[in-house]
Amino acid sequence: MIKSRQDILEIQKSYGQALEKAKARLVVCAGPGCVASGSLLVYEALVQELKDRNLYTTVDCLLEAEDEHDGMLAVSSGCQGFCQLGPLVRIEPEGILYTKVKADGDDIAEIVDAVEVRAVVTHLCYHEPHTQKIVSKEEEIPFYKHQTRVALANCGHVDPQDIRSYIHRGGYQGLANALELTPAEVVERVLEANLRGRGGGGFPAGRKWAIAAAQESDQKYMICNGDEGDPGAFMDRSIMEGDPHSVIEGMLIAGYAIGASEGYIYVRAEYPLAVQRLRQTIKEATDHGLLGANILGSGFSFTIRVKEGAGAFVCGEESALIASIEGDRGMSRPKPPFPAQSGLWGKPTVINNVETLANVPQILTKGVKWFRSIGTPESPGTKTFALTGEVENTGLIEVPMGQTLEDIVFTIGGGIRDGRKLKGVQIGGPSGGCLTESHRDISVDFDSLKKVGAMMGSGGLVVMDENTCVVEVARFFMNFIQNESCGKCTFCREGTLQMLQILQRIVDGHGTLEDLDLLVEVGEAVQLGSLCGLGKSAPNPVLSTLANFRDEYISHVVDKRCPSGVCHNLRRLVISEEKCRSCWLCVKVCPVNAISGSRKEPYKINQEKCIKCDACLSVCKFGAIEEVY
Amino acid sequence: MWIDKIFTNESKGVTPMDRTVLDVETTETDFDPGFLEGVLAETGTSTAALIPILQAIQGKYRHLSQEAIHHVASALRLSTATVYGVATFYAQFSLEPKGKYVIKVCDGTACHVRGSIPVYDALRKRVNLQDGRSTTDNRMYTVETVACLGACVLAPVITINDQVYGHVTPDAVNIIIDTLEQEGAQHD
Ligand SMILES: Cc1cc2nc3c(=O)[nH]c(=O)nc-3n(C[C@H](O)[C@H](O)[C@H](O)COP(=O)(O)O)c2cc1C
Ligand code: SF4
Ligand code: FES
Repeated sequence: MIKSRQDILEIQKSYGQALEKAKARLVVCAGPGCVASGSLLVYEALVQELKDRNLYTTVDCLLEAEDEHDGMLAVSSGCQGFCQLGPLVRIEPEGILYTKVKADGDDIAEIVDAVEVRAVVTHLCYHEPHTQKIVSKEEEIPFYKHQTRVALANCGHVDPQDIRSYIHRGGYQGLANALELTPAEVVERVLEANLRGRGGGGFPAGRKWAIAAAQESDQKYMICNGDEGDPGAFMDRSIMEGDPHSVIEGMLIAGYAIGASEGYIYVRAEYPLAVQRLRQTIKEATDHGLLGANILGSGFSFTIRVKEGAGAFVCGEESALIASIEGDRGMSRPKPPFPAQSGLWGKPTVINNVETLANVPQILTKGVKWFRSIGTPESPGTKTFALTGEVENTGLIEVPMGQTLEDIVFTIGGGIRDGRKLKGVQIGGPSGGCLTESHRDISVDFDSLKKVGAMMGSGGLVVMDENTCVVEVARFFMNFIQNESCGKCTFCREGTLQMLQILQRIVDGHGTLEDLDLLVEVGEAVQLGSLCGLGKSAPNPVLSTLANFRDEYISHVVDKRCPSGVCHNLRRLVISEEKCRSCWLCVKVCPVNAISGSRKEPYKINQEKCIKCDACLSVCKFGAIEEVY
Repeated sequence: MWIDKIFTNESKGVTPMDRTVLDVETTETDFDPGFLEGVLAETGTSTAALIPILQAIQGKYRHLSQEAIHHVASALRLSTATVYGVATFYAQFSLEPKGKYVIKVCDGTACHVRGSIPVYDALRKRVNLQDGRSTTDNRMYTVETVACLGACVLAPVITINDQVYGHVTPDAVNIIIDTLEQEGAQHD
């Protein structure tokens, strides 16, 4: 049981001493990326290897141990970030990072051998792609060097299943500090820090808290939004799975500040591990007295429940989320009243995003001044991004607000794969916009992005190269949104359908120039005529690609060509004169008799007749049929 | 082929996270009111319990039958229409039984950009799904798309009963299904 700040400090100290007694700590990444590339097997193999060599130890053994010990700790952590190169294993205290570690073969034995003599297994280290220079320390790898970790400070370091590990890294001291202040002072600190919502809107968390705190009510609720519906984002998932206590602590502080005694964490159905972790963490915190009645002897009581979503993107929107917790169809409700005035079951309710809440304990521990020293004056702090798509280094990153797109895509991301050219960056998912090459120097913060018609969104950053067709991507987002519209507003329900049909026409090769104007017209109507953020922002990807990549749309509708070679119906099938042996096979299979020619001469495909069914392509034995975009 | 073009990046083939045999319950078609009572004992009968209850039933029976919807409605004193409305709103619920293997092809942005649709098409072709159907006649496979599974770095990703496979190519689909069928055969 933890009853006071003293108890927290004692755990921090004893856990730290225990770690120091171990010869090393081997941290295997068990984040989503690494697990899928086999890290759980790596972890098991590592434990087995340590046991076979009699080197295996646990924190509990170390706590008992008198003095230094030959034993090594094996820990499975949350996402360490560089998912691209997983499974990752980090050796502490040195901070050596091993990449692409395999469970079978000699990797594990070599690592343990090296740790014993404090050496480095160079072939498992990161190799600088251009110079082939070996970089053994995590912090010196360019991918990590340019990041600043606040929300992700513990993710990939702590053992998410051990509260002591979180406390060792300073956990729950923010809560202890908060409970020594009055709720109003806590709100004041968060306001001063100008912590803006990381869930997309960038609304100052402190302002929301102040509104809820000012309401008179017998009951108030604190909700953590873990719905993370943006297709292409996994930051919140990584925090919930890799550092769940930071979310709990953030909610506790927020709950105290607004005067709530009950909290909910709403997690997407697609994240079963996050659900399980959070439930386990809530139990652990409750067992330690950090949730429940009279927390740290302050008189403040708080409980948290996990609610699983059931698969609806719109439930990330605050009022739809509330409807869903209440057991209803997840449909948005008109605002005002704002949830902070009248939310869950009509009570004042604050909803904050996972990452927003993970920042809160840090602000309460390290102070407002420290927080404001990171980022820009208007957008202090950092932002996490899921960096994916056609970039060399994909993974989970966190950078100070105000970094340029160039820093993110090129310095951290290592540039575009295979030396291809950057075409654009989709930021903010289906509600966001598309940035182009010309935005390389744009400062990535809430306000600068808004100015160019994009938005921060939750932090999905999908990098597109010259082989990505922006028209097709716009169609993809529209299809997504169309499926997810809750159906309440006519403009959102029908307008998105019309836009989707127009886009479908364009990628199928039947679009016209007028269609482009129609897209803008319908898009603007949808923006105006929709109730919630889903509809209001639905046209963004289309409008921003139309503005930034108009020539690509024109290629599709006028020249009937897809310059990126993606839109299937816009290709032409042609027969290579050199390769064709005039064997007749293709002529026989073509259902529309589009192929003609004589025995001696190469055949030709009549483009007017061809329906692009690919029948000829699949029968030709000489690879003579070519696709031209 | 255009498909190959998309997969020049990282056609590593199959990377399943581990090879433990998937444990799948057999389809229970008859709804057992006793099961619902057990669930109600945990969730209570407030309206807020509706979604968790439907999730429990969906989890066990892999669909919400008409009978189940009626039972839930009367237990919670809601109209059948209300329960039906909720059941059809959320993607997680299906009114038709799903297959023994539920294959979800991630069609989030990252996966889409890196070629999830060719994988989806290959899967449908391999398990022989026609028209708009998503479950095979023998109730072995359900193939559906989902928006982002949160494993974008492994794009394109599929999950089979929540087991994640990364960097899947249309060719790898055949290997994956072969493996499932071999496992199935060993089980029988
Ligand atoms: C359609 C739609 C989907 C949203 N999805 C999410 C989401 O998945 N996660 C999230 O934190 N916020 C999401 N939001 C934003 C929330 O409505 C809300 O602004 C946010 O959770 C507030 O937290 P913050 O102020 O800490 O950012 C979504 C908004 C809309 C309109
Ligand atoms: S804008 Fe769309 S999603 Fe939002 S309430 Fe209206 S119909 Fe529903
Ligand atoms: S999952 Fe291991 S680094 Fe992201």
